[in-house]
Amino acid sequence: MFQKSRLHGEFFMQGDIACAEGALAAGCRFFGGYPITPASEIAERMAMRLPLLRGVFIQYEDEIASMAGILGASWAGMKSMTATSGPGISLMNENIGLGMMMEAPCVVVNVQRGSPSTGLPTTWGQSDMMQARWGSHGDYGSISLVPNSPQEFFDLTITAFNFSEKYRLPVFLMADALVGHMTEKVVIPKVEELEIINRKYTNKTPKDYLAYDYDESLIPDFAKAGDGYRYHTTGLTHDRRGYPDMTVECQEELVPRLVNKIKNNINDISLTEEYDIERADVIVISYGITSRTILPAITMAKKKGIKVGYLRLKTVWPFPDEKIRKLSEKVAGFVVPEMNLGQISLEVERCAHNNSLVKLVPHPGGGIHKFEDVLHAIEEVVHGK
Amino acid sequence: MANNTAQIIQEKSHPMEDLLRMDRMPHIWCSGCGLGSAVTTFVEGLKKAGVSYDKTAIVSGIGCTGRVAGYLRLDSYHTTHGRAIPFATGLKLANRDLTVFVFSGDGDLFAIGGNHLIHAARRNVDINVICVNNFIYGMTGGQNAPTTPLGAYSSTAPYGNYEMPFNLVGLAAASGASYVARWTTAHARRLTNSIATAANKKGFCFIEIVSPCATVFARKNMGGTGLDLLKEFQTRAIIDHDADPTQIPLSMDNEIVCGEFVNEDRPTFWENVQGGIKNRLEKFSNWEEMQSNSRKITHKKDRKYTSSIDV
Amino acid sequence: MSELRVKISGFGGQGIILSAFIVGKAASIYDQQHSSMTQAYGPEARGGACSSQVVISSKNVEYPLVNTADVLLAMSQEGYDTFLPILKKGGILLYDTDLVENLRSHKDFIAKGIPATRFAEELGKKIVANIVMLGFATKQAKIVSPDAMKGAIADSVPSKFTDLNMKAFQAGYDYNEEQ
Repeated sequence: MFQKSRLHGEFFMQGDIACAEGALAAGCRFFGGYPITPASEIAERMAMRLPLLRGVFIQYEDEIASMAGILGASWAGMKSMTATSGPGISLMNENIGLGMMMEAPCVVVNVQRGSPSTGLPTTWGQSDMMQARWGSHGDYGSISLVPNSPQEFFDLTITAFNFSEKYRLPVFLMADALVGHMTEKVVIPKVEELEIINRKYTNKTPKDYLAYDYDESLIPDFAKAGDGYRYHTTGLTHDRRGYPDMTVECQEELVPRLVNKIKNNINDISLTEEYDIERADVIVISYGITSRTILPAITMAKKKGIKVGYLRLKTVWPFPDEKIRKLSEKVAGFVVPEMNLGQISLEVERCAHNNSLVKLVPHPGGGIHKFEDVLHAIEEVVHGK
Repeated sequence: MANNTAQIIQEKSHPMEDLLRMDRMPHIWCSGCGLGSAVTTFVEGLKKAGVSYDKTAIVSGIGCTGRVAGYLRLDSYHTTHGRAIPFATGLKLANRDLTVFVFSGDGDLFAIGGNHLIHAARRNVDINVICVNNFIYGMTGGQNAPTTPLGAYSSTAPYGNYEMPFNLVGLAAASGASYVARWTTAHARRLTNSIATAANKKGFCFIEIVSPCATVFARKNMGGTGLDLLKEFQTRAIIDHDADPTQIPLSMDNEIVCGEFVNEDRPTFWENVQGGIKNRLEKFSNWEEMQSNSRKITHKKDRKYTSSIDV
Repeated sequence: MSELRVKISGFGGQGIILSAFIVGKAASIYDQQHSSMTQAYGPEARGGACSSQVVISSKNVEYPLVNTADVLLAMSQEGYDTFLPILKKGGILLYDTDLVENLRSHKDFIAKGIPATRFAEELGKKIVANIVMLGFATKQAKIVSPDAMKGAIADSVPSKFTDLNMKAFQAGYDYNEEQ
C-alpha cells in the first residue's frame, strides 16, 4: 500500500530514512534539497513520502537555492527542511545567516563526511562541528543536535523541529555518514504520543502587529505570508517593525537578542547523557557516532580499575559551559575523542580553564579511533600527564 | 507659503498609500532613477490585476532594486544577494494561494542569481519576476554587470567592458518562461498592463524593465539626466511583439525592441507534480510495484516543449 | 550478553547490502534481538568490491562495526582474500565454491562451500544467489532462526518474486556439502 500517513511501529530502518520519517512525524511538509552523498537518501525518502502527505518536495539547482527555498516555505507557514553534507553546508551558510537574522524556523541536516573539500564522500567525519556554530558570518545563537543511532536520528529530528519552532531559528542536525547509512531497529511512536511544538502565531491584529516585537522570552510572535499582516522582513539590521535601521542602537538591540534567546534557554536546549560521572576521576566527553565507537576503550579502562565517567553530548551547541566547568573542579581531567583534529575539545579546554587536564584524541575521519589511543589518553589523564 | 504647501501635501493622502509604506518615505533612490516609475507601474499593475493585496507577496534580492520590497505594503521579503527566486519558489509552493512577485535588478537576477532564474523558468514555477535592468551595479558604485553593453565603461571596466552582455528576454524565453516581455520605464501604460497580465497568469513570467541610471551608468558613459535618458529610450525603443526574443540584444545605441514576446500556457511545476502523482497512483497499487516497474512507464508523446514566439 | 558479528562480501550487484539488511531485519524485527547493519562500498553503483556487516546482539549494539568477524560470507575471490584475515579463530566461513577458487588454509576455521550462484541460475535467476547463501548461513552458522530469515526475506523482496526467493532460501538451507 502507498503509505499516506505517518508510520508507527517497529522498523529496521536506515539512519537517513529515520531522519526523513522523524521530520514527517514532526510535521515537516516542505523539503528542498540537492543530492549529495551521504545525505541523498533523506531527499529520496522525502520525494516519495511528501507528495502523498500533501507536502512539497523540490530538488533545487543547488544547495544555495535549497536553503533559500526552505526559508521561503517557512514564511508561508510550512515546517521545512533541507539535508546535505559538508560541501553543501558551505554553500548554504549565507542563507543560514539570513534565517538567523529573519528568525525563520527550519531544520538543516548535515550528514557529515570526511573533510575538507570533497574529502571522503562515502565515509564519515565530525569535522563540521565548528562550521555549524560559526559557519555564517556574524554573531547569532545556534543549536546543533548530534544523533548516534538511527533511532536517535529519528528522535532528534523531531527535537530539532521543536527547537526551531520554539526559538525561531534554523536548527542543525549534525549526523555523520556512519549513522546516516547505518540500519538498526527504529521504533516510531504514534503521532499522539509525540511531543510536537509549533511556532507561536501572533494574536494581534495586522494594525497592532510588529513583526519583530518581543517580550521577555526575546522571541517575536510569528505571522505568515498571506494572512493579511503585510509586514517587511530583511537580512539588514532591522527595528521591531522589521524595517531596515542601520544604526548602532538598533544593532545593539538586535544582535544580542539573537544570541541571548538561545543562551537564556540553555537548560531547555542542552541534552546530555551521563554515566558514572559522580565518582569519576576522568570523564570521556563524546558525541555522535564516536560515542559508540570508543566504548570498548572505556570498558578496557574500567577493567584496569580506572574510574571513568562518560558524558555524551546530544546537544553540542549551545555548549554546556557551566556543566563542564563544574565537573572540571572535581576530576583529574577530560578525554575528548572526536573525528576531527580538535574542535569540541577546544570548548572543553575553555570551560575546564586550567582546573583539570583536557586530552584530545583526534581522528581525521573515514575510520574509527584505535581503542588503545583512547585508553592511553585516559591513563595519561589519570596519571596527571 | 512653504508651510501652506507642506500642509496641503500632508493633508492630501497619497494615491498609492494603500500599497506603499508611507512611513518609509522618502526612499533611498537617486533623483532621475527609473525605480520610482517601476514601482509606480507595479502598483498600478497590481491594482489593475485585481489581486488581493493580502495574498500578494514580494521578494527582492540585494541592490538598488532589491530595496523595492521594503517600500511596498505587502508581505515583503528582502533576502540575500541573488537568492530571491529560490526563496520565492519556496514561498509559492508552500502556499499556492499567494501571488508571488520577485522584484530585483539585473546583477542580482542574472549574475549571482542567474542559475536560479533559468531553473525557475525551466520548472515553470508559478512566480513573476520583474527585472529592472540599468546595465550596471548602482548601489555598490558602478561596477560591471552581466548586462553592461560591450565597450561601455564601468568602475571595474575602466578600458571599456570586454564581455558580451546577456540578452535577458532571450535567456528567459530560451529557458522556458511562460510569459516574457520587455519595456522601458518610458512605457508606463504598457508596462502596467504587462504586470497585470503576469499577476494573473500561471507559470513563470518574466518582465524586463529597461531603466535609466543617471548617477553611475550615464555619468560613466553618455552623460545626461534621468529625463535625458528617458527621452533617449523613447527615440530608440520600437514595439514588436513578434520579435524573436533571442535576437534582440541591447547595446549602447541600437534599437530597444520592446513587446510581449512570449505568452503561452505551459503546465506549471505544481500541475506536473499533481499529474505525476495521479498517474502513478492510478497505475500501481503499492510503492514496491511502482519501483520495480519504473522502466515500463512510457512518457506521453503529445507533450510539447516550445519556447518559440510564433504562437 | 551474546554477540555475533557477521561480514558479507562480494561485488556490487550481488545483493551484498540487501543480504545484510535481511539478516539485520530478521534478527531485530523477527527474532526480537538487537542488530546494527553498516555497509561499505566504492563510489560506483555496480561491479566494485562491496561488503556489508551486521552485528547481532541480545542487548543494544553499542559498537556497530565488525573488526573481527564470527561469520564471514564470501561471494567473490576479492571479498574472500580481503576479509579472511578478520575472521576470528574458530569462526565460520561460508563461500561460493564457483566464485572463490583460490583457497587458503582453513585449519583455524569451520569452512563450508556452496555453489550458490549455480543454484540460483538453476532456479532461473542469478540474482537470488545471495538468498541461497543466506539459507546456507541460517542452517550452518545459525545466525538467525529460519522463520525469522524467511520472514525478513519475504518482507524485503518484490512480492512477485517471493516464491523464487523462498526456493532459493530452501536450496541453501538444505544443501549439505558432503552430499
